[in-house]
Amino acid sequence: MDLVADWFRHLYDTTGINLTIVYDPYDRQRFLSGLGMTIYLSVVSIIISTIIGAIGAWAQGSPARAIRAFVNGFVVLFRNTPPLVQIFFFYFGLGQILPRVENDDGMMVQMISNVQWAIISLSLFAGAYNVEIFRSGIEAVPRTTTEAAEALGYTRLGVYRHVLLPLALRICLPALNNNLVNLLKTTTLAYAIAVPETLYVSKQIWNDSQNVPVMMTVLLIVYTALVGILVYIMNRWERFLSIPGYGQGAAR
Amino acid sequence: MAADPSVSQNEYGWTPDQPLIRLVDVHKAFGSLQVLRGVSLDVRKGEVICIIGPSGSGKSTLIRCINALIPVDSGTIRVEGQEVNDPDLDKLALRRKVGMVFQQYNLFPHRTALQNVMMAPVHVLKQNRKEVEVRARALMAKVRLQGKEDVYPGQLSGGQQQRVAIARSLAMRPDVMLFDEVTAALDPETVKEVLVTIRELAEEGMTCILVTHEMGFAREVADHVYFTDKGLIVEHGPPADFFANPKDERTKAFLGQVL
Ligand SMILES: Nc1ncnc2c1ncn2[C@@H]1O[C@H](COP(=O)(O)OP(=O)(O)OP(=O)(O)O)[C@@H](O)[C@H]1O
Ligand SMILES: [Mg+2]
Repeated sequence: MDLVADWFRHLYDTTGINLTIVYDPYDRQRFLSGLGMTIYLSVVSIIISTIIGAIGAWAQGSPARAIRAFVNGFVVLFRNTPPLVQIFFFYFGLGQILPRVENDDGMMVQMISNVQWAIISLSLFAGAYNVEIFRSGIEAVPRTTTEAAEALGYTRLGVYRHVLLPLALRICLPALNNNLVNLLKTTTLAYAIAVPETLYVSKQIWNDSQNVPVMMTVLLIVYTALVGILVYIMNRWERFLSIPGYGQGAAR
Repeated sequence: MAADPSVSQNEYGWTPDQPLIRLVDVHKAFGSLQVLRGVSLDVRKGEVICIIGPSGSGKSTLIRCINALIPVDSGTIRVEGQEVNDPDLDKLALRRKVGMVFQQYNLFPHRTALQNVMMAPVHVLKQNRKEVEVRARALMAKVRLQGKEDVYPGQLSGGQQQRVAIARSLAMRPDVMLFDEVTAALDPETVKEVLVTIRELAEEGMTCILVTHEMGFAREVADHVYFTDKGLIVEHGPPADFFANPKDERTKAFLGQVL
């Protein structure tokens, strides 16, 4: 470890490329925890927003007009407003209205932390898109297929769980893939409410170490890699879900 | 053998000596289009009836009404005494008694052939998976598809898919099977393999309602043939009579075209 640190210190001395996140234990710790926060925000928001998409698309097919109107309203609201405004709305708007609670140190703090607000607003933002994505998948499933399930006695929920959703998911996976990539990148907006994610800690580091161009480059590389990993996982999933003789590469 | 009739009576007061399915003056319109204009017919247990008629005469609509895929406007349909147009109808209870096979097979493409057969008994009837699997394998053998259990629908021929669809319906142990032009999408060679399966079912005593364009098959397996035109049953009778000397002009014209 020392050898590596020494080499990067030498790199700085000879070239001016100052990677404090490698040789300086404090910066390294900060950066890794930021990276961890980005991954945490992404994973949790991906899961919640996908669940919102699946449930929302199901509710859109509800016989109750009020439920359909509610889901449509939600989708329009979150698709037509900037995600940064949404985050501010939750953190500065709703967060201020909610009663404060006493934390372990006896301080009065917001009931919902900035990290939790970030997760809530990112999940709702991406979830609104996911509702539409799942719906497009559902609409592509032939009506006759769901009719066959109904004829076998499946309830509306049963049809959705066992037939519609599995088929819709396979159809809409590429679109879902895109949206989740977008969500991962949008986690940087949590910066604006001081969530210590990768961008936020990078700014702290470049403020302290005056290595803006280097940290910028690091950021680009880190996000490229994170998205690359996500795309890889999604592609594996897509392959896992593919059905012999159905969809891509098969005459339908 | 001195059976007390109340013993075999079901919860709707139906006894097996009554028609298993009874339609009385059924009307159905889609918007302004009158598709069924007063259809009445009875199907007894173990009977095979065939419904024939020109395209658009309401044959599919008729059999879809029987398992409540389509609500009727007026008239009554009873299946084992259970009223299908009752607003509080327990659709699950109805649909476990009535199996249906479609023209386009409509298998679940994301599940293997065996899984297609097993799904509804496991999900809908909550039966034990192991027991269902034993039964499903037997059904696959019955429709002559041993060895195709783990194959996906997309990898099967039309005739094979249709036989899986029949097995899938049978797995629910229905009391009556509805077949809606189940061979219409198949090429001539594979039609036969599906018809063989249906004939075996009929011979085993399964109550069947078949919509078909296969006149030869109808003549062979049907106990009773119904001819529909423009939402009405124009003529009906045992196949020997029906095909040998049709009385109505429309029946004559239709048979003249297809035979
Ligand atoms: N869901 C629906 N909405 C509106 N019109 C419908 C609907 N289903 C059927 N129809 C119409 O009702 C009429 C009867 O249709 P149906 O499918 O029952 O005829 P069919 O006798 O089965 O014909 P085919 O031999 O072509 O299958 C047709 O004119 C059809 O266009
Ligand atoms: Mg039809």
